[in-house]
Amino acid sequence: MPLPEGLYGLMAEFDSPTDLVHAARSAYRAGYRRMDCYTPYPVEEAAEAIGFHRDEVSLVCLIGGLLGLVAMYTLETWISVWAFPLNIAGRPYYSWPAFVIPGYEWTILWAGMSACFGMLALCGLPKPYHPVFNAPNFRNGATTDKFFLCLESTDPKFEAAEARSFLEAQKPISVVEVEY
Amino acid sequence: MATKDSPVNNPMLDPVTGEYRVIAPGHTFKSVTETVSRIVLTSHTPLGWWFGFMLAGSVVGLLMICVSWLFVKGIGIWAVTVPVAWGFAIVEFVWWIGIGHAGTLISAILLLFKQGWRNSINRFAEAMTIFAVMCAGMFPVLHLGRPWLGYWLFPYPSTMNYWPQFRSPLMWDVFAVSTYATISVIFWYLGMIPDLGTLRDRAQSKFGQFFYGLISVGWRGSVRHWVRYETASLLLAGLATPLVLSVHSVISLDFSVALLPGWHTTIFPPYFVAGAIYSGFAMVLTLAIPIRKFYHLEDLITIRHIENCNKVMLATGLVVAYGYSSEVFMSWYSASHWEYFMMWNRMFGPMGWSYWALITCNIALPQLLWARKLRTNVAFTFIMSLIINTGMYLERFVIVITSLTRDYLPSSWGTYRATRWDYGTFLGTLGFFTFCFFLFIRFLPMIPMSELRLMLPQAKVREKREPLPEAGD
Repeated sequence: MPLPEGLYGLMAEFDSPTDLVHAARSAYRAGYRRMDCYTPYPVEEAAEAIGFHRDEVSLVCLIGGLLGLVAMYTLETWISVWAFPLNIAGRPYYSWPAFVIPGYEWTILWAGMSACFGMLALCGLPKPYHPVFNAPNFRNGATTDKFFLCLESTDPKFEAAEARSFLEAQKPISVVEVEY
Repeated sequence: MATKDSPVNNPMLDPVTGEYRVIAPGHTFKSVTETVSRIVLTSHTPLGWWFGFMLAGSVVGLLMICVSWLFVKGIGIWAVTVPVAWGFAIVEFVWWIGIGHAGTLISAILLLFKQGWRNSINRFAEAMTIFAVMCAGMFPVLHLGRPWLGYWLFPYPSTMNYWPQFRSPLMWDVFAVSTYATISVIFWYLGMIPDLGTLRDRAQSKFGQFFYGLISVGWRGSVRHWVRYETASLLLAGLATPLVLSVHSVISLDFSVALLPGWHTTIFPPYFVAGAIYSGFAMVLTLAIPIRKFYHLEDLITIRHIENCNKVMLATGLVVAYGYSSEVFMSWYSASHWEYFMMWNRMFGPMGWSYWALITCNIALPQLLWARKLRTNVAFTFIMSLIINTGMYLERFVIVITSLTRDYLPSSWGTYRATRWDYGTFLGTLGFFTFCFFLFIRFLPMIPMSELRLMLPQAKVREKREPLPEAGD
């Protein structure tokens, strides 16, 4: 697949989270859908504003946890009843109360790993290169104290001149073009 | 009346509540970022850091010598023998794991309870957890006798057709501790990713840009990512909370499932967990107070943090005191000859000194923390944290050693005297812990910048024309 070329999008820089959220709301109202906000700390209102309401991390975590429980409990039962039965002070081979504890630990282990790696996978990370890093002012502010709104060129409504005048109407510090 | 403590004169006090502030007033997104990141990104490593690092490194050398000699000669170089087969190794295992627990409590339980003050101290409390678990994990493995066969503990299809035995608490320990170590590392790293992105963007050196670029996995602060990140953090906190309670409970079952007087009691799980958190908070203070002084972080780790940690210590200390009194009561109420003797021997036997030293360090002296003047005194708190750590070590010592030296039959009674290798190994792990910590504060952001930004008043999204509230809380 050839690397995409040309314009990735238009990026507006804001000074405060309030300005960013207002701009993002108006962009959504104006019909833009393919856009993203970049902030130095979580701004939930911005996610709401661009129409991102739910994530699947909890579901991934639940599935992981259940799999961990089933995996460990099955393993313990198989080992203690079939593979290597031992008579420990006359206790039954299937000593379920004792098996609960490793099963519990593996529920947490698998759920935690699923939450972490599931979250990274859903975000598409690790991704060392991304076009937004090409914006000259991005790395200076996005992880420190500035707030960015990027309208992406793949949006069907996107038209460079119109998007630029829309963003400039939101009173940003600057609007820059982001190349692939 | 304008005294030194009144809000008029002291900017660290909130004029509305009269409480100490969590962050000093007047900070901006940029200033908190710079305060934290310049510690890591400076090209001038402070001389004090080198000195501490070298000192800790030489103690790690001592650990290497002790462990190598153990591998050559076997665990006979330690004082463990029958009847005291669990010597210092198990005392220190339990002690170190306990220290780790405060890190998880701060990062997970206080997050769920929305305790904002935890934000400045959670990162290094988590680092403390990881290093403490690493130290703890060494002891049971070294104590195996043939440590190179430690992997036999894990269920894997071996050519010997052998499988582990899941009815033993020692086996549960393997899963509890390994899960705890893994989840702690994951939680710590996940929380660090946004800050690593900040460091990547601010690093001047090529190596810094490459290193932080690699480990920040390309974090760019997209709000979609932030939402998933927040969900994952909350889920991990929700998972780590029952985990941390289960880990020390499982460790206490190593003791209480055995039939030995002094071990065979149902109070052990809650009392071990409370003791773990107690010693862990003491260790947090032992670390935080010098670091905040050395790196001038008084604005971010304030008296409020120190006072709150002291309050948690006071509360958990009282739970521990309840545990001790319950042990004494139960040994009388059980009407069991052996239980009765065990408690008498603990208090007035040949090792009675350790019991009374424990009561002094863990119960008597910490009551001074009821005084607000002392709670907010940094030097006093530092000394108190050392006393409590010693007290918790003595507690593990009393539980493991005095119970084992007096078995049911007087013919099998024995004594315990630790050898220089026991002391050397313990000192070595203290050095290893400090060594890791020095590396951590030099190369990783020890205070979570993104969470501090979130706590500043200007972080809130407000509808237009709403006035900006007073900075600081």
